[in-house]
Amino acid sequence: MELLLPEFGLVIFQSIAFLLLMFLLAKFAWKPVLAAIKERELSIDEALNKAELAKQEMTRLTAQNEELMKSARAERDLILKEAKTLKDSIVNEAKLSAQTEGAKLIEKAKIEIENQKKAALAELKNQVSTLSLDIAERVLRNQLQDKATQQDLVANLLKDVELN
Amino acid sequence: MDCSHVFEFKVKRLIVVFTLFLAFFSVTPAAFAQVDTAQVTEDSHAQPEAKEKFDIGKFALHHIADSHSWHVIGHTYIDLPVILYTKAGFVNFSSADFNHDDDGKVIVERKGQRFVKMHEKIYYASDAANEHGQFLSLDEKHHASNERPLDLSITKNVCTLFLSIIILLVVFINVANGYKKRVGKSPKGLQSWMEPIILFVRDDIAKPNLGHKYERFMPYLLTVFFFIWFNNMLGLIPFLPGGANLTGNIAVTMILAIATFCLTVFNGNKYYWKHIFMPDVPWWMYIVMVPVELFGIFTKPIALMIRLFANITAGHILVLSLICLVFVFNSLYIAPVSIAFAVFIGAIELLVAFIQAFIFTILSALFIGMAIEEHH
Repeated sequence: MELLLPEFGLVIFQSIAFLLLMFLLAKFAWKPVLAAIKERELSIDEALNKAELAKQEMTRLTAQNEELMKSARAERDLILKEAKTLKDSIVNEAKLSAQTEGAKLIEKAKIEIENQKKAALAELKNQVSTLSLDIAERVLRNQLQDKATQQDLVANLLKDVELN
Repeated sequence: MDCSHVFEFKVKRLIVVFTLFLAFFSVTPAAFAQVDTAQVTEDSHAQPEAKEKFDIGKFALHHIADSHSWHVIGHTYIDLPVILYTKAGFVNFSSADFNHDDDGKVIVERKGQRFVKMHEKIYYASDAANEHGQFLSLDEKHHASNERPLDLSITKNVCTLFLSIIILLVVFINVANGYKKRVGKSPKGLQSWMEPIILFVRDDIAKPNLGHKYERFMPYLLTVFFFIWFNNMLGLIPFLPGGANLTGNIAVTMILAIATFCLTVFNGNKYYWKHIFMPDVPWWMYIVMVPVELFGIFTKPIALMIRLFANITAGHILVLSLICLVFVFNSLYIAPVSIAFAVFIGAIELLVAFIQAFIFTILSALFIGMAIEEHH
C-alpha cells in the first residue's frame, strides 16, 4: 500500500525536473531537430517533384520529337509524291507532245507523199502522154504509109485514149 | 489504434513463459525430493536451527522502493543528502548519520529535533524507545504513527531523475548538433539511431491522433516518450547507474499523468466541453451522462498513472522474485533456472520498457487529440 502513496519530495523534484527537461529539450533539441527533419523532407519532396517534372518534360520532348519525325516523314512522302506526279505529268506531256508531233510529221509526210504521188502521177501522165505520143508518132509513121490503116488506127487510138 | 497486436504478442509470450515455469515446478519436486532426502541424512544435525523464513515480498518491495542511500555492493553505500523541512525550518545532514539503520533505532539530532528512519521514511522520534528499541510508536500493522517532517531529500530516485535528465540532454543536444553540422544531409551516428524513433513518435503517435495541429504538442510527446523509455531502461540495469525504480514510482507517473491532464484540459475546445456537459443524448440522460463524462476526465490520466507504475513495478518484482527463488529453495541448483528465467523476463522487460513509453505517449496524444478535435 505504501507503494501507492506518492512521496512529497519526489513529486516536487519530478515536477520541477520534468518541466525543466521539457523546456531545455524543446529549446535545444526538439526545435532544431524537428525543423531540420521537416526542412529535409521538404527538400526531398521538392527534389522528387522536380524529378517528376523533368520526367514529364522528357516525355513531352520525346512526344514532340516523335511528332516532328512524323511530320518530316509526311513531308518527305508528300514531296516524293509530288515529284512522282510531276514526273508522270512530264512524261505524259512528253508522250503527248511526241504523239502530236509524230502525228503532225506523219500528216506532213502523208501530204508530202500525196504531193509526190500527185507530182509523180503528173510526171507519169506527162511521160505517158509523151511516150504515147512517141509511140503514136512511130505507129503513125509506120501506119501512115498505108492510108486506110492510118485512118483506122487513129480512130482506134482515140477511142482508147478516151477510155483512159 | 493499430497496436493491439503488440499486447497480444506480449500477453501470449508471457502466458507461454508462465506455463513453462509452472510446468517446471510441477515436475521437479519429485526429482529434488531424492536429493533432499540424501542431504537430510547428512545435514540432519543442522536442520533444527530453523532458518529465518525468506520473505520474497518484503525483499522485492524493499528493492523497488525509494531509498536515502544508494547500495553499491556488499556493505558499500553511497550516502545521499537528507533535506528536511521541519517545524524549525530546513535541516540537512548525510544519510550516513543513520548508520544504515532502517528500523527507527538510530536517532539523528539536528536543531534540537530528533529524527529516526524506518522503511526509508523519516519520522520525528518518540521520546522513549518501544520494546524493540525503536523510537517510534507502531500500530497493530507495524506502521509508524509518528509525525513526519516534509522530506525533500535527494534520494536514489531523485539522483536517477537527475542522471536521466543529464543523459537525455547530452544525447539529444548531441543529436540536434548533428542536424546543425550536416544541414540537409543524411543522419550519422547517434543521430541516425534517434531519428527513426523521433519520426516514429511524430508519424505514428502525434500525426494520427492530433491531426494538423500536432506540431504544438511534439515537444511534450517527445520528452515524455524518451523520459519514460530511458528511465525504464535505466531501471533495468541492476547495478549503480541504474537500479532505481523511477518510472515504477507513483509520484513520477502521477506528475507525467498530471501533465497530460493539464494539456487536455487547457487545450480542450468548445466541442470537447460540449461533448462533456451537453452530449447529444435526450436531456433526461444528462443525469447519468454528465457525471460519467466528468468522471472520465479524471479516470483517463489516473489510468495512465497506474498503468505505467504497475507495469514497471510488476516487471521489477517479477525479476526480483525469480532471482529470489535461489533463496526460497535455499539451493544453488535452482540458480541456473532462476537466472535463465530472469534473463528471459529481462528481455521481455526491455520490450515492455519501449511498449510502455509508447502506450503512455500514444494515449496522451489520443486524449489531447480528443480535446482538440474540431467537430463530431
